[in-house]
Amino acid sequence: MAKPFISLKNVRKVYRTKEVEFEALSDVTMEVGNGELVCLVGPSGCGKSTLLRVLAGLHPHDGGEVVIGNSEVPFNPRKDIGMVFQQPLLLKWRRVVENVLLPAEILGLPRKEARERAMYLLNMVGLSGFEDQYPYQLSGGMQQRAAIARALIHDPKLILMDEPFGALDALTREKMNLELLDIWQKSQKTILFVTHGIQEAVFLGTHVAVMSPSPARLADYFAIDLPHPRGLDIKTHENFGAYTRRIYKLLGM
Amino acid sequence: MDNFPFALQEHSSLSNAGFDNMTASTWRKIGIITLVHLGFVAFWWVGVIVTDVPAYILPTPWQALQTLQVENFNWWLHFNTTAQEVFGGYILAVIVGVAFAVLFSWFRTANLILMPLLVTLNMIPKVAMAPLFIVWLRFGIETNIVITFTICFFPILLNTDRGMKEVEPDLLDLVRSLHGSRWQIFAKIQLPGALPYIFSGMKVATVLAVAGAIVGEFIQSDRGLGWFMLVTQEALNTDAMVMALLLVTLIGVLLYGAVLLLERIFVVQDARVE
Repeated sequence: MAKPFISLKNVRKVYRTKEVEFEALSDVTMEVGNGELVCLVGPSGCGKSTLLRVLAGLHPHDGGEVVIGNSEVPFNPRKDIGMVFQQPLLLKWRRVVENVLLPAEILGLPRKEARERAMYLLNMVGLSGFEDQYPYQLSGGMQQRAAIARALIHDPKLILMDEPFGALDALTREKMNLELLDIWQKSQKTILFVTHGIQEAVFLGTHVAVMSPSPARLADYFAIDLPHPRGLDIKTHENFGAYTRRIYKLLGM
Repeated sequence: MDNFPFALQEHSSLSNAGFDNMTASTWRKIGIITLVHLGFVAFWWVGVIVTDVPAYILPTPWQALQTLQVENFNWWLHFNTTAQEVFGGYILAVIVGVAFAVLFSWFRTANLILMPLLVTLNMIPKVAMAPLFIVWLRFGIETNIVITFTICFFPILLNTDRGMKEVEPDLLDLVRSLHGSRWQIFAKIQLPGALPYIFSGMKVATVLAVAGAIVGEFIQSDRGLGWFMLVTQEALNTDAMVMALLLVTLIGVLLYGAVLLLERIFVVQDARVE
């Protein structure tokens, strides 16, 4: 690998309450290259979401080293993170375009350019014509697309997605997977994508990080050697089955 | 991406249907509300005639309305006085109640120290405070404004406080990942998010506002619809008492209507707390 964009060395994170110490991450070491789409899979409580929050700078880590950015692709922790959660978390009182503009407002980006970019992004996620609707007028899948546009508005270098399609029905989820791949290819962003879905992880990822609980650690980390751009037919590729079997095995299933 | 147009069409037709239904059902609602009210008046009127109740027990709506022609009753003065007490105390309660809740959300120690006390104070029957207020304050309309304020303050404060706390933790993470300031969180997320709760508290307080003003007038006053009811009671002018009651109700309805109108303007349909 050339210079890694994200470099984690023996990262450890402990949550402390008065009596209990809970080790949410015990020893995570991995490197992510610029423009990669890394899927984090694993059962609940294996520290996937914690890892995202450490990367987002929301929780300080208790040990090890977290480095994001390199000399070629510098990283500004203030401006270069876009987040998407399981719930769209759109503000009910704002129209779709105003929701997309929220990070731009927080960062104080120039209004006019931000608005133009919002319209461009809404078009990219298939929501042109819906910019003046309120969130409740949109389906769950459309709301999540708006949330993705919101994560891209300030042109961040790193997108952190925490089970973004977990609340959608299976069919919408498949569609959103295809669209995410398309968005990723157009935008050339580095994406960390947390999921419970093993097939989803293999389908989307350039790499998959398998995590296991108690102690929460990285069980395996490997590249998915399947050609891009990917369509649904990739799921019948023989390597696809091999990768999913490998992950199932790692998770003891 | 040929799956996009499909999704778009499907949903635009859905949301259009929603809009048409909404306007149609709004008109239907207004029709039903009008009919029910007219029905109530008719029931009252017919009931009085059929049972032949004497007018000093219960006058017909028409008899009550006719008292408006009696100049000595000074209707406008009394209506105006009560309306001032209701609206004055109410608006004051909205301003102070929301301001307190905002302060509480900014200063957690203030919340920690004062909130339990306020919850206890809320248990005091505010009506029972009225005689004390008269001892503490001077005789007049201002005292009734204070009584109205006291009674309206708590539901607005408690509802707003709850609204300020109803923020999705993930949404906070999103703003924090961008290093958004506390002021930005407050102005862009917390306060607009609390607005439906503020209105919910304001709606509860409308009923209390009218009651507060009337109780104040019962205890100390030389004008206002509550005072007027006591005076006309001595003369057994039941028709004037009923008319005064109708006017008090009208003040309450006007206040409630104004709040609903503001809610319609400021709160997106989906976010309203019913």
